[in-house]
Amino acid sequence: MNYRAVRAIYLFEMARTWRTLLQSIVSPVVSTSLYFVVFGAAIGSRISQVEGVSYGTFIVPGLIMLSVLTQSIANASFGIYFPKFAGTIYEILSAPISYFEIVLGYVGAAATKSIILGLIILATAGLFVPLHILHPVWMLTFLVLTAVTFSLFGFVIGIWADGFEKLQMIPMLVVTPLTFLGGSFYSINMLPPAWHSVALLNPVVYLISGFRWSFYEIADVSPIVSIGMTLAFLVACLVVIWWIFRTGYRLKN
Amino acid sequence: MSSIISVANLSKTYGSGFRALKNVNLDIRRGEIFALLGPNGAGKTTLISIICGIANPSEGRTLVGGEDIRASYRKARSLIGLVPQELHTDAFETVWATVSFSRGLFGKPKNSAHIEKVLKDLSLWDKKDNKIITLSGGMKRRVMIAKALSHEPQVLFLDEPTAGVDVELRKGMWEVVRTLQQSGVTIILTTHYIEEAEEMADRIGVINKGEIVLVEDKATLMQKLGRKRLTLHLQGRLNALPDSLSQYELELCDSGTTLVYDYDTKGERTGITSLLSDLRSAGVRFNDLETTQSSLEDIFVDLVRTS
Repeated sequence: MNYRAVRAIYLFEMARTWRTLLQSIVSPVVSTSLYFVVFGAAIGSRISQVEGVSYGTFIVPGLIMLSVLTQSIANASFGIYFPKFAGTIYEILSAPISYFEIVLGYVGAAATKSIILGLIILATAGLFVPLHILHPVWMLTFLVLTAVTFSLFGFVIGIWADGFEKLQMIPMLVVTPLTFLGGSFYSINMLPPAWHSVALLNPVVYLISGFRWSFYEIADVSPIVSIGMTLAFLVACLVVIWWIFRTGYRLKN
Repeated sequence: MSSIISVANLSKTYGSGFRALKNVNLDIRRGEIFALLGPNGAGKTTLISIICGIANPSEGRTLVGGEDIRASYRKARSLIGLVPQELHTDAFETVWATVSFSRGLFGKPKNSAHIEKVLKDLSLWDKKDNKIITLSGGMKRRVMIAKALSHEPQVLFLDEPTAGVDVELRKGMWEVVRTLQQSGVTIILTTHYIEEAEEMADRIGVINKGEIVLVEDKATLMQKLGRKRLTLHLQGRLNALPDSLSQYELELCDSGTTLVYDYDTKGERTGITSLLSDLRSAGVRFNDLETTQSSLEDIFVDLVRTS
């Protein structure tokens, strides 16, 4: 195991975060605060409690997930796409480093960033609404699993993309709608029965449901199912990455 | 001398069906400077990319320091430093950070003294805290060399190191390469500039259309270069050479109106004086004469055209 290489990539990626502190940390915090103002205060004040908690409190796990999902994908996809675009990938490919180590460096850094971000948003939310976390260990488990899984997914997008448009396409066209429709702002039990069944096809429902359960023990689906679905997606991403490196897809040809 | 790189039956076919390399066999000797010449698209960069692990070969086997580049890629790659043709740099990093990053990436422990030495050797020391984006093209090229040397490689690939570099900087680069060779590093450079190969290389290889068409010691090649050609334009037509001129290995061309004599400028005697006096006694007269010297460029162009 080339630990020094993993460390070099990890620190290089983290240095990029500190260098671009405004985009990386400040802007997601600002946009999340806006959600609180709009949904929590303005609209939320007209909505009575949802499943026993105030609306503002109810949306906190969903909002954190929304940011963690999108930022994990953005960080990891940009992290690997940019060296491809700038050409500096030659050095990574010619280094005595295994595929696993490359992924560990890039995905580790991307996941770290979104976990830090998730925790910052959690703290920010605490300023707006009263919070309680019933299962802190499970909360962290869901947070870390989601960050890692979607950083892996972002890594795949970064390899697949051959232009900046494609880099944006999946997050914009697929992930954002799935997150909004995944129960960030409502319980899917509030949907009509037909739509409720459709919503269960959305993988993000399971992530948000499990995460919300760790806060308030309110869940759309069982937390075991949530963990299972998250792990299944994690494994799927790992298989795709394994295939990418095995074939050299978009890297070595 | 033992081989540090050994390429056997290497082929590369791209997804489009284009065959960039066709059954290439090549051995690079430890400690030499090897110049790989070839026109654009000949396969120089593809060959280097495969040896360094950036591209996958379609067929064939490559050993670096006796280690297979696929089976023991860690050992093989840690011996290699690569300076690609294009200036690929992390624009917003400082020189020091990017060179230290390369060392870590190759699994070497921190060694500020070594990085300092590399930067000083390449006249980059006073730029160490500058962001790469602020540097000139020539400096960026040297930063890339510094990155490649950061992990103390035994083999250094320089893919067109002096393309688009001014004359003074080019000479400076040659100086750096020579110093590296003295410290025991094997250097493989690709170039368009024949002059560069002539100046630097111990051996020269020519690649064209994905095939190695020649590998020769520079000294041997230079001997071929040492040959000159005397061309005599005759006054009248000659049907056959007089017997008295048979010792000169003359060639009669242009339906008997031109005589061609090849000779060695490095020989003790060129034979020109006696040839001219023997021509006179044989009654062969000429209007004009000219001499030409074959250059590495001629040999190169010839090879590329006929291969």
